Amino acid sequence: MSEVYDIIVVGGGPAGLAAGIYGSRSRLKTVIIQKGRPGGQAATTEELENYPGFPRGTTGPGLMEAMANHAESFGTEIIKEEVVDLELDGEIKVARTKSGKEYKSKIIIFAPGAAPRTLNIKGEQELRGKGVSYCATCDADFFEELDVIVIGNGDAAVEEAMYLTKFAETVTIIVIHDEGILDCNKVSAEKAFANPKIKWVWNSVLEEIKGDGIVESVVLKNIKTGELSEMETNGVFFFVGTVPKTEMLKGKVDLNETGHIITNDRMETSIPGVYAAGDARVKYLRQVITAASDGAIAAFAAEKYLAEEGGFKEQVLNAPKPVMVAFWAPQIEASIAAVSELEKIVDQLGGSVKLVKMDTYRNEKVAKRYGVEEIPSVVFFNNGEVVAKVSGSISRDVIMNQLNSLINK
Amino acid sequence: MIEVDKKTFEDEVLKAEGLVMVDFWSPKCEPCKELMPFVAEVAEKYEGKAKFCKLDAAANKRLSISQKVMGLPTIGFYKNGEKIAELTKDISIEDVEAKLKELI
Repeated sequence: MSEVYDIIVVGGGPAGLAAGIYGSRSRLKTVIIQKGRPGGQAATTEELENYPGFPRGTTGPGLMEAMANHAESFGTEIIKEEVVDLELDGEIKVARTKSGKEYKSKIIIFAPGAAPRTLNIKGEQELRGKGVSYCATCDADFFEELDVIVIGNGDAAVEEAMYLTKFAETVTIIVIHDEGILDCNKVSAEKAFANPKIKWVWNSVLEEIKGDGIVESVVLKNIKTGELSEMETNGVFFFVGTVPKTEMLKGKVDLNETGHIITNDRMETSIPGVYAAGDARVKYLRQVITAASDGAIAAFAAEKYLAEEGGFKEQVLNAPKPVMVAFWAPQIEASIAAVSELEKIVDQLGGSVKLVKMDTYRNEKVAKRYGVEEIPSVVFFNNGEVVAKVSGSISRDVIMNQLNSLINK
Repeated sequence: MIEVDKKTFEDEVLKAEGLVMVDFWSPKCEPCKELMPFVAEVAEKYEGKAKFCKLDAAANKRLSISQKVMGLPTIGFYKNGEKIAELTKDISIEDVEAKLKELI
């Protein structure tokens, strides 16, 4: 039998790396499975100036390398493999990789990130790698002294356009909005407006990319007048948002209509023991810092989950004798009285029955799993199975009745 | 894998006999660096059946553009001085191996 990890993190961007750091620091056996080098989309962003504590001059690849080293320094294993399938039901989860290997774990934190969105404009597919690009750091070198256009006007579009001006002769940003209106942050907008190499085409969208084997021109459409115009260019860079890489999760965990993973604020997905973090999750702001935050929360929640599950298994499910699990809460008087009554009973029976007390609000998952809706409740277990449940008023007679039938079996 | 540049590309790739696979990459291209270890594995597996080269496209820009490569990563397949096939962007190593098998 192959080894079982405590946590498998799928994806090595900032979310996955932060999960690795928090998981390993909690002494959980944590592995990050990442296709190729860690860093995610952040590693393809040259200028990264909004991660707190890392001011100007910080680069995406630099910060991501530091995060990866940080995770490894606490004992996180980073494996270069591509996960292609997941088995999430059951106590032990399985991640299968493209090379055919299987990795097993009690917890999966899914942090696959997102990929640039394509628009399927005429010529886009044919001219990919021929002047059509989604990655400025990958391809900017080719466009030294050439002219390029940028599609999009959010943070990524405007910031990457600025990066491209270090190489290209001109960078023309095609903006769907009225003159002067950009979706990006104000600092970047001001910088871009002041950059002499950046030119603007307003109220326009890309209609077609033309070229014989290499990009030669684009056709733009003015959305106000409907007028088409052709413009010569050597390169077209798309920064029009991203799509989550959640294909392999379809039908396994709940996704929304755009394919993002639905979680609660503990990063729990619809499957127990499966968490999600980073850009692939339904969330308000997708940035390196929020990805790292997700990763930290997911690993922390996973640790609590493992402790809760592990404790319950050892104390209750694997116990060699009948167990009464008393669900109580410190603020509910009746439940405190019930617990003391139960303690007396266990004493009198001289060790033939075990009592496990559970603070209901600290063990919500266990309480929910056994259908505990009222406090106090007592759930009777024998050989790991539920045999009876008593809720509300817990009298000595009722308890004794249950126990007698259990012990005399 | 043989590292080629603008000086050696002609001899090593265009004038070579048989199939030559060229991995166009650059030090700033993270997806290229993701792919490269897998390409090296494939190169080892098919050693003798084709020639395997890599070219730093950033340092050999004009040469790359002359090969109609303006995006990374790109894997080009050459035979008798001509490019007979090419894979570009979102390349999975399985695609590379499949293309290589088809051409061998």
